[in-house]
Amino acid sequence: MRVMAQLAMVMNLDKCIGCHTCSVTCKQAWTNRSGVEYVWFNNVETRPGQGYPRTYENQDRWEGGWVRDSRGRLRLRAGGRFKKLLNIFSNPKMPSIEDYYEPWTYDYENLTTAPLGEHMPTAPPRSLLSGEPMKVTWSANWDDNLGGSPEILAGDPVLAQVSDKIKLELEQAFMFYLPRICEHCLNPSCVASCPSGAMYKRAEDGIVLVDQDKCRGWRMCVSGCPYKKVYFNHRTGKAEKCTFCYPRIEVGLPTVCSETCVGRLRYLGLLLYDADKVLAAASTEREQDLYEAQLDLLLDPFDPAVAAAAKENGITDEWLEAARRSPVYALIKQYKVALPLHPEYRTMPMVWYVPPLSPVVDAISREAHDGENVDNLFGAISALRIPIEYLAGLFTAGDTEPVDRVLRTLAAMRAYMRDHNLEREPDPSIPASVGMSEESMYEMYRLLAIAKYEQRY
Amino acid sequence: MSTGIDGPVADLLLRSGRFFTRGEVSPDLRTISKTGGREGDVFYRDRWSHDKVVRSTHGVNCTGSCSWKVYVKDGIITWETQETDYPSVGPDRPEYEPRGCPRGAAFSWYTYSPTRVRYPYARGVLVEMYREARTRLGDPVLAWAEIQDDPERRRRYQRARGKGGLIRVTWDEATEMVAAAHVHTIKRYGPDRVAGFSPIPAMSMVSHAAGSRFVELMGGAMTSFYDWYADLPVASPQVFGDQTDVPESGDWWDASYLMLWGSNVPVTRTPDAHWMAEVRYRGTKVVTVSPDYADNTKFADEWMPCAAGTDGALGMAMGHVILREFLVEKRTPFFVDYVQRYTDLPFLIALEERDGAYVPGKNLTAADLGDESEASAFKPVLVDGRTGEVLAPNGSLGFRYTDSGIGKWNLELGDVVPQLTVLAESGESVPVLLTRFDTPDGHAEVLTRGVPVRRIGDRLCCTVFDLMLAQYGVHRPGLPGTWPAGYEDAAEPYTPAWQEAITGVSAAQAIRVAREFAHNAEESGGRSMIIMGAGICQWFHGDATYRAILALLILTGSMGRNGGGWAHYVGQEKCRPITGWATMAMASDWVRPPRQMIGTGYWYAHTDQWRYDGYRADALASPLGRGRFAGMHTMDVLAASTAMGWMPFFPQFDRSSLELADEADAAGVPVPQYVAQQLASGALKLAVTDPDNPVNWPRVLTIWRANLLGSSSKGNEYFLKHLLGTSSNVRADPTPADLRPRDVTWVDETPEGKLDLVLSLDFRMTSTTLLSDVVLPAATWYEKADLSSTDMHPYVHAFSPAIDPPWETRSDFDTFHTIARVFGRLAATHLGVRRDVVMVPLQHDTPGETAYPHGTERDWRATGEVPVPGKTMGQIAVVTRDYPALAEQWESLGPLVETLGVTTKAITVYPDQEVAELAGRHGVMGHGAGAGRPALDTAVKMADTILALAGTSNGRLAVEGFKALERRTGRRLVHLAEGSEEKRISYADTVARPVPVITSPEWSGSETGGRRYAPFTVNVEELKPWHTLTGRMHFYVDHDWMEELGEQLPVFRPPLDVAGLFGEPRIGTVDKGLGLCVRYLTPHSKWSIHSEYQDNLFMLSLSRGGPTMWISGIDAAKIGVADNDWVEAVNRNGVMVLRAIVSHRMPEGVVFVHHAQERTIDMPLAEISGTRGGIHNSLTRLLVKPTHLAGGYAQMSFAFNYLGPTGNQRDEVTMVRRRSQEVQY
Repeated sequence: MRVMAQLAMVMNLDKCIGCHTCSVTCKQAWTNRSGVEYVWFNNVETRPGQGYPRTYENQDRWEGGWVRDSRGRLRLRAGGRFKKLLNIFSNPKMPSIEDYYEPWTYDYENLTTAPLGEHMPTAPPRSLLSGEPMKVTWSANWDDNLGGSPEILAGDPVLAQVSDKIKLELEQAFMFYLPRICEHCLNPSCVASCPSGAMYKRAEDGIVLVDQDKCRGWRMCVSGCPYKKVYFNHRTGKAEKCTFCYPRIEVGLPTVCSETCVGRLRYLGLLLYDADKVLAAASTEREQDLYEAQLDLLLDPFDPAVAAAAKENGITDEWLEAARRSPVYALIKQYKVALPLHPEYRTMPMVWYVPPLSPVVDAISREAHDGENVDNLFGAISALRIPIEYLAGLFTAGDTEPVDRVLRTLAAMRAYMRDHNLEREPDPSIPASVGMSEESMYEMYRLLAIAKYEQRY
Repeated sequence: MSTGIDGPVADLLLRSGRFFTRGEVSPDLRTISKTGGREGDVFYRDRWSHDKVVRSTHGVNCTGSCSWKVYVKDGIITWETQETDYPSVGPDRPEYEPRGCPRGAAFSWYTYSPTRVRYPYARGVLVEMYREARTRLGDPVLAWAEIQDDPERRRRYQRARGKGGLIRVTWDEATEMVAAAHVHTIKRYGPDRVAGFSPIPAMSMVSHAAGSRFVELMGGAMTSFYDWYADLPVASPQVFGDQTDVPESGDWWDASYLMLWGSNVPVTRTPDAHWMAEVRYRGTKVVTVSPDYADNTKFADEWMPCAAGTDGALGMAMGHVILREFLVEKRTPFFVDYVQRYTDLPFLIALEERDGAYVPGKNLTAADLGDESEASAFKPVLVDGRTGEVLAPNGSLGFRYTDSGIGKWNLELGDVVPQLTVLAESGESVPVLLTRFDTPDGHAEVLTRGVPVRRIGDRLCCTVFDLMLAQYGVHRPGLPGTWPAGYEDAAEPYTPAWQEAITGVSAAQAIRVAREFAHNAEESGGRSMIIMGAGICQWFHGDATYRAILALLILTGSMGRNGGGWAHYVGQEKCRPITGWATMAMASDWVRPPRQMIGTGYWYAHTDQWRYDGYRADALASPLGRGRFAGMHTMDVLAASTAMGWMPFFPQFDRSSLELADEADAAGVPVPQYVAQQLASGALKLAVTDPDNPVNWPRVLTIWRANLLGSSSKGNEYFLKHLLGTSSNVRADPTPADLRPRDVTWVDETPEGKLDLVLSLDFRMTSTTLLSDVVLPAATWYEKADLSSTDMHPYVHAFSPAIDPPWETRSDFDTFHTIARVFGRLAATHLGVRRDVVMVPLQHDTPGETAYPHGTERDWRATGEVPVPGKTMGQIAVVTRDYPALAEQWESLGPLVETLGVTTKAITVYPDQEVAELAGRHGVMGHGAGAGRPALDTAVKMADTILALAGTSNGRLAVEGFKALERRTGRRLVHLAEGSEEKRISYADTVARPVPVITSPEWSGSETGGRRYAPFTVNVEELKPWHTLTGRMHFYVDHDWMEELGEQLPVFRPPLDVAGLFGEPRIGTVDKGLGLCVRYLTPHSKWSIHSEYQDNLFMLSLSRGGPTMWISGIDAAKIGVADNDWVEAVNRNGVMVLRAIVSHRMPEGVVFVHHAQERTIDMPLAEISGTRGGIHNSLTRLLVKPTHLAGGYAQMSFAFNYLGPTGNQRDEVTMVRRRSQEVQY
């Protein structure tokens, strides 16, 4: 056992309001400069939708991440490093600026300086790349709130898997938001893709970084990352990516995106994992088993054997204590309500998500079921608007069972807490129905709902 | 199974490669880890470093009032992140941290952006004329006057408005020109031709007050904003006698059933939305009502897809279910007790005979029963269920201002049990006629239902409850009339089946949600809450919709509860230290009363939108009314309202109010009497009756903290054409001759270019600055000291300067201080000290609201009598204006504070100690008009003065206020603030951290003991009356004009029929050339706060980057529109060019053009007109609802931003078509 520490994040999508404050504060702090105008270390996607850059999840096209070959060995989907070296000057899997978007500004000065004319001055758009007039046709968030859905949703790779069930009509509409940062993977394909050895994972906390001095701008990391969370600065010619705000983390502050999240849905914490087992876990045969394999990598910080091994590997008591008080550990491993994003990419991502509840489908809500059902908030999981297959396509390589279990757990918590809320006798059979004790359900409720600053970070 | 990486060649490469790498390559060659020595990462550490962090906030009208950390490096603002240090709300609740949204997070972009106004600018054409005349004449005022007297020159610069050609000028020149315009206007026409527009004081109280104080000291008029924005729910004064009072968002956490009705919380209340997400985890059920699949529906358990504008029908049907099941079939004790105590349901209404049946009449009062004691006409009566006796309980308006009412203005009932119905076995009953409006074009038809009656004297009476059951169609055995057969009866209003056909919401869902809502309220003690928003408020009949929904809350005992009741969040940014702000802003420390104008009335008249009304005021009337609007144009209604003292109008008279005072003196007649006589004789006219006469035009308008002409101007093109006199896209036809006003002068040539001067203060270029004659560069919110508060949280916190105002920018405070000084200098020559006749309407929360018993109209112009000021017309006051000393008054705290006291909602306190304290702290002015008075010469001093003069921020005044209220109510109330006597919130405190406010009689809820603020908890718990006729919440409003529109009771009124009223096509019409006719809605945007941020590069980058229209796939297909195609929307009011966002979350027949998208960003020339496409409000226009002009009576009386016509804009339609994809700028 080689115990290593990893900083990880959980985002509770059930609370995400899709406001993009995280994107803006992140951009202001880190990428509000030339060369990275189009770069959003943190972005928020409306799902269903194409994401940013568009269709990045379509690995048939972009070939990011890892695959397990017929011999059971893990290799980069885009081909081994040897092949990569051959393609180093022309990478066919590199997203173009159109796949992100052509950044633009406006002729704002015209508003102040326009001479007396016939019409009111306006500020038309100008490309930030060429300076030329342009029509804006795509952005980092073009399909926000299902905008352009009739044309755009066909390009959602996850929706394609469940599309036979989805009709694009108001009565069946559903949406939710997916905020994304770098996954700071345990098995980062970007690091493995870099021919210069410029990318690395910080030994003490697992943050994945680009060494700005060593980066030679080959951009193999860009194509190697299946989440497309490494970007190319066209001014400096170097790769840049989310740094997990290490200058803040190092002085005890949460990441910018976390602290400024007004949905209060982000949790930061430390995880311990067994570094010796990462490759085996990432090589798990069935994609649907990768979630469990990833869970198994995470070590119980309360286990004395783990603690001893951690100490041996240089992890201090403070860090061990942080791992024990980690809200991220509680949500991922104890309550098992957080799930990894696309475990099938085999990168062992370290940003996890609590999947969202949604309203019941129109057909159910139009019916006259018993009004008393207001207390039974977990009766209708199968009738929720977001198809469970869609969520499973994001978080569990298509296996609906874990998603169903999480949604049931959330619904059970609501039903259980309704009794508390109305000062009735709480019903212990409700937590029991999802395999939880009253105590742990109440603790989970506090973590998800009360979520004080000190609890979140 | 063998695991490993790649193949042997790659392994070899990697194995050799790792010797050149400083990091540690994992044994499986997967990854590289590294410790220490990371020079390559210094870049990010450097980027993060900064010199200081300063607390500030955003003074934008969003109700957020979020506290922010502003980062500064090398004297440059770099970015901002949210503060997280709000005082805790308790261990078992989520906190307010962090508060903010992406828009706020993008604010610092403005500081150094290319759209920043860095220097004073003025219209080049005007500057040239002014310089020439100024040089020649040697006097700024004479120079200004000469230009204004020359029609050719005047029109030349007016026509140039908004067309570029702004040039840089100096501060000296700009302020001299501005001051000259003011002085000239006062001298020539009188001070009430000057107006100021600046909304929402709470979003930066000092900046607002600085300008308003300047306007009010000179006698100008401040125009209202809350009603003008259509954010005022007129139902609130009608039902509660309160402007609006709502729970802080932290109180959503207390709800156990939460409905969001027309309020898209994640978008419009972004920093508060987390409460909605979190409260679900307590087991609270969440239901949303909206026409589209809105953002908030993501968080709902159920969505009620209610067709746009039909929400009132759903509300009425849910009310039908609740009344029938919970108040008739089962008399739920919790509800029955509540409505007996706190509502007007048990009060008696006299029925009036009409065509062989009866119609609901007026509230029966003690006066009607022969009681001749004081104010008996304002003591409505009810029946004591124990004794059958008819009596007038405590707490009604008759107890509020009278000597005999001292100690009795309370809701104590003693042993009295108010009887909800006069229904008795074998009792008498009569058919009652009621109005229904559920016709396709909204016209009225008559319903016949029945009520039990009791004969009192010579009158037949029933209770409000009896009328409510008749109105809602809840049948009780033995009553005459036509009634619904059951819930499934779709023909009779207001059943669940009836609403299904209108709203599209299934009857089953309406019944179930109504039941759940009521059951929850019963079990939780009233913790059923409805968050209500602009989606239902901003319609022409938004007040009717609101009353239908409020009824659900009041009937279930949910109002005045933590976790229950209404949560109306539309533009309501609560100025918590209201008394302090009002004293500063209205300059009531020096002069009283202030001139306050209903914004909608002002713009309706002065932009000449009234001249395009295609219908008469009685088009909306009930056939059961008294015909009071027959033959009247809405402008006539406004004039009648003004004449009777119901609503204000400025300018007041067709003559200078300064000269009028001189005339009265010369005639030796007291001014009020003189004015009344002159009006009666016709020698003096109300300006409202001749608004297009040049002597009655507004002349000088100052706009600050606002973008009137790019954001809120409903009927924007009419503003451009008539008020400003520049190019416009108005396409409407004037009112045909047979529909023109009866009492208001119609001139043949509609004036163009009424305003002499448009002045704006801003830090960015907007439509308003582009259309202004003078633009002064303002400091941003990160460059000045000010105060912020909101209704959404219970704190007061600070703006503080992160940097000094850059370039030549100045804070609003410093700008008005500067202008005031220049004004004083010019006034010494041209104005001197004058006496000013000020006419103000009969005001709410004053004895003036008892002028018109029963709200019965009596227009002296029709009767020929001489009006009596304060009785049958507005009050007349004479105010001395010391114009040369204006700046000295402006910068010092005047003496009226302690001599007359400061008053909010009829509670007066005397802050003599505070004046002494302020004098000690701030020093006193050494000379001039303010000699010896506390200084107000810096923004921080004004902030501290605001805080010192309000109960919410000064515990002593809160206690004093409660003592005053104790005397009137006879109830113990001081305990609500006791223990806070020593508490003084200062500006410095608010800079350190957001500070919780103190419970004060200025508001209706209590924060005592750290509880969450919810409105009306003091009324419910302490038996303090509401500020209404009965002192209770009203279902029934018996004002004449309410009766005229058939709206005494909650009722469903559909969207206005603009096809019938204005000849627009019907929704769904497809015309080959013009496109498709759709409902045109302007909901609030995700990417801006009104027009602020819609030009911000971050927000534009995250959205579609310019003006857009959301349209359903179905509608887009009808006109061949693909996503991102350019489309053009055209109706009679104007034109707009947009790009389409096609989405299946939109319903058919409805488009969204998010408020507020301006011409300033990516707006091409319109194909149809060849001129610049418009703003979102180019397609809207003002539609004035006559009932909003009702006044003079109890809660239906004017107060500033409390009651007035709304600038509603949601009933509009437009044609939309795919236009040429080649656009020109």
